Amino acid sequence: MRALPPKFNNWFATKGWSIHPHQQAMLDRADAPALLLIAPTGGGKTLSGFLPTLLDLAEGGHEGMHTLYISPLKALAADIKRNLTTPVKEMHLPITIDERTGDTPQSRRKRQRADPPNIFLTTPESLALLVSYPDAAHMFKNLKRVVIDEIHALAESKRGDQMMLALARLQTLCPALKRVGLSATVEDPAAIAHYMARHPDPCEVLLADPGPAPDISMLTTTEAPPWSGGGAAYAIPAVLDQIRQHKTTLIFHNTRAQAEIFFHNLWLANDDHLPIGIHHGSLDRTQRERVEAAMVRGDLRAIVCTGSLDLGIDWGDVDLVIQIGAPKNVKRLVQRIGRANHRYNAPSKALLVPANRFEVVECVAALEAVLEGALDGEPRGPGPRDVLCQHILIAAAAGPFDADALYREVTSAGAYAALSRPDFDACLDFAATGGYALRAYDRWQRLLQRPDGLWQLRDPRAAQRIRMNIGTIQDTDTLKVRMRRNRGGKPLGEIEEGFAASLTPGDTFLIGGQIVKYEGLREMTVEVSRDSAKKPKIATFMGTKFATSTQLSARVQQMFTAPSWPELPDHTAQWLHLQREVSELPQPGRLLIESFPHDGRAQTVIYGFAGRNGMQTLGLLLTKRMEELGLHPLGFVSTDYATLIWGLDPITDPAPLFDLGALQDGLDTWLAGNAVMKRTFRASATIAGLIERNTPSARKSGRQATFSSDILYDTLLRYDPDHLMLEITREEALRGLVDFGRIEEMITRIDGRIDHRVLPRVTPLAAPLFLEMGRVPVKGQAEERLLAEEAARLMEASGLAQITPPPSDKPHWRAKP
Amino acid sequence: MNGYQFSFASTHFTALGSGALYWAAQSLLCVSDLHLGKSERIARRGGATLPPYETRDTLTRLAADIALTEPDIVVCLGDSFDDLNAALALPEAERSWLARLQAGRRWIWIEGNHDPGPVELGGTHLRELNLAPLTFRHIAQKNARAEISGHYHPKASVQLGGRRISRPAFLVDSDRMIMPAYGTYTGGLCSTSPVLEALMLPATCAILTGATPIAIPLFRKVSS
Repeated sequence: MRALPPKFNNWFATKGWSIHPHQQAMLDRADAPALLLIAPTGGGKTLSGFLPTLLDLAEGGHEGMHTLYISPLKALAADIKRNLTTPVKEMHLPITIDERTGDTPQSRRKRQRADPPNIFLTTPESLALLVSYPDAAHMFKNLKRVVIDEIHALAESKRGDQMMLALARLQTLCPALKRVGLSATVEDPAAIAHYMARHPDPCEVLLADPGPAPDISMLTTTEAPPWSGGGAAYAIPAVLDQIRQHKTTLIFHNTRAQAEIFFHNLWLANDDHLPIGIHHGSLDRTQRERVEAAMVRGDLRAIVCTGSLDLGIDWGDVDLVIQIGAPKNVKRLVQRIGRANHRYNAPSKALLVPANRFEVVECVAALEAVLEGALDGEPRGPGPRDVLCQHILIAAAAGPFDADALYREVTSAGAYAALSRPDFDACLDFAATGGYALRAYDRWQRLLQRPDGLWQLRDPRAAQRIRMNIGTIQDTDTLKVRMRRNRGGKPLGEIEEGFAASLTPGDTFLIGGQIVKYEGLREMTVEVSRDSAKKPKIATFMGTKFATSTQLSARVQQMFTAPSWPELPDHTAQWLHLQREVSELPQPGRLLIESFPHDGRAQTVIYGFAGRNGMQTLGLLLTKRMEELGLHPLGFVSTDYATLIWGLDPITDPAPLFDLGALQDGLDTWLAGNAVMKRTFRASATIAGLIERNTPSARKSGRQATFSSDILYDTLLRYDPDHLMLEITREEALRGLVDFGRIEEMITRIDGRIDHRVLPRVTPLAAPLFLEMGRVPVKGQAEERLLAEEAARLMEASGLAQITPPPSDKPHWRAKP
Repeated sequence: MNGYQFSFASTHFTALGSGALYWAAQSLLCVSDLHLGKSERIARRGGATLPPYETRDTLTRLAADIALTEPDIVVCLGDSFDDLNAALALPEAERSWLARLQAGRRWIWIEGNHDPGPVELGGTHLRELNLAPLTFRHIAQKNARAEISGHYHPKASVQLGGRRISRPAFLVDSDRMIMPAYGTYTGGLCSTSPVLEALMLPATCAILTGATPIAIPLFRKVSS
């Protein structure tokens, strides 16, 4: 056992602390090549990661960077810097600490590269950027340790894949580099250990005492939740009550739009003037920082937030966590509750607030799962190749490289350990020449192989373009929002370009908890003014929409088999009974389909329980099939449980639509033309470097210079259908947005047992679907038919049909038959 | 012929769904903003290596329109090449394809901002073309009348019960017509953008391209 030096012992003593067993265990294993700690928040997890570093550096004499700390959140890096500075100052340790994120000013970045701090705190994207500089070897010289915080969160995304590739690079520069991962409770620690260690190094997993089980329940309100939507406005008085009874409450939402609406409503009802703040990723940085600072000072009684506060930031004395909306995933719920509460050894207290009637059922199912400790999770496949393509470009930006060495390095990352050489070479070829069947770019290759065999950039200026496009986070195109004033009013945050395009002057929407009026667009900035309206048009922030996990969906279906539901509130139980009366409840192992007329359209609901993405794909596949059968589908909308399809003609026999063989056979061709594939292509092509989001001259002139990524997709599909990018898109879509695995699982589960109910009107269970957002149009025959009707109507209504283009002799406003 | 028949400057035209304009009386086919060689230009400048098939795709569609209309005159209304070097770098197969399309008819290259000089390909190179009563030029001029131009890549959209359909479009008012971009790798500028609203008169029609070209009034606030 390695003992603490007296200086540290004394410091611990003055704080009234003693070293936790897992901190000691981490210290004892400080020389392990890789080590994963799984511990609840509040257990001094971060200190466990840094203790060996502090001990090493306390002895003095280390030149340059010693420990690199990577966290998924910028805010977390700032927070850790604050926490580390305290012991360093109080013990007078000769240690320099600095952070670098996307927000760090240029001057400080330069200084950091020339004279790196001992402890360097950063994010995966900033690390990838640093690795792309030719002087990376200088900056990371003498690096001993890397601490990856919240690795469970990173391991779920491409950000983590990119980080592990950058670490592989660092490991080459610093062969003795030790890796430490810090993680919240997960269902499969060994998978994360494999992910973070240099392959094939071993990685020991240390499990800290998980602490007492959380005290978690569903918030009961006198008013029933609404049929649909995610606002949970009905719960405002009850939530305010809870805020009054607790010191500090975190109110989590699944999307930013929901957080905005809830905050707005909360504020309207806040008669006691309780200090309440809002925090989410679309808000302007200064606004976010103000809220964070107020939180740390303990000035706020509650914060309405999204995933941006999800991770282990030290928010002081939080004694209640409220989750608005169903948690979708039991593991994330447990992590969210566990992390927000920073009092070790005290049970976390949490309340679930279902936003609508269906979510009541899901919340009850989730509570049961938490009590049983049944965490859910789907294993992640091999490392995505779009990230690899970007990594190859990053390597080239750093300087000439040897392909064999790069391949060895890449396959030392756990996620890429099984990457074959041909697959690697295809990515290299793509980065170098575009990898097209038509060898068009011999003169203008991006990467050239020199006579000595090394690969380098043809045009050194390309390095800047590569660096401008580093990263794997796919935010939709957003526009800044500012208050209109003479010159540059106060920045408020960002909204999606698509939402901005739908605004006309005078429209109102919510941002940062206030209602603003759209004034106009100036130089890609949305200008607004304050507005006193009570009811805003709502900002359609994307937010993350998670799919309900397989396990949770199965629990919900299981609940539907019960003869009655004493565990559910009366209003929800009555709703389910009513559904049973007029139709039936979806049963495990069967597929319920309801058809009925509504709104002058033929409606069909499929209760597939395959999660949002899976149900979305099912909607795409079924409407495509219906189009072929001449049923004129117009569109569909999907939730985690069901897909609603509307069209011009009713479905009479659904069975042939659900033939798994036919669905699978057709999947590739069906997929090819659909919107999900195009969206996936856009994301992957951007990561792989085919689409450059940022160019040195971007966004200066009008937008006619850029063209839609859909055109690239269509062109590739037509002329080069076997191209690597299309292969990657298929891989990504199948495991991501398409989630075909869950459709297969569903079809196997039902095995032809389809119950089709043809009904005269909307059923209780189907009704909420009509209020769902995110309707997907089907671009088929029906659209051409409607477009022709609408155009004729508009021409007539506007009067243009009569006047026709003057000064013509005779009007000809009709297409020739 | 699948097209939209209309009158402009007392002259009868057909807007084809592809974005080409056909003038039957003159046996003239006009296309604008082909941007041939765009992918080559981007790669040359150190950018991404886009799928190098856009010239092939654009010519395929142009060949189909030529086969359909059998015109005596073809007018390419400027920005036919993404830059003059792109015209020089056109692969041999595509050069000879162009030559085959040019055979037996007048072919006019109007100069654009991307291709401001003559190209080493057959055909006549002009700054603008006057064919009474019409003037063909790349960029619309203020106060011009009976003018047909390109350059802006106009797009127009229509709201259809909660969905928005946006397509490249011909913009037509009593004085001018602005043609949509024909090239495969071209984006569009929304008809409601200030620059297009400033150019076009209040009573403007947009003819949406697509399977069946279709006209909509552009500025809804104006009625009879």
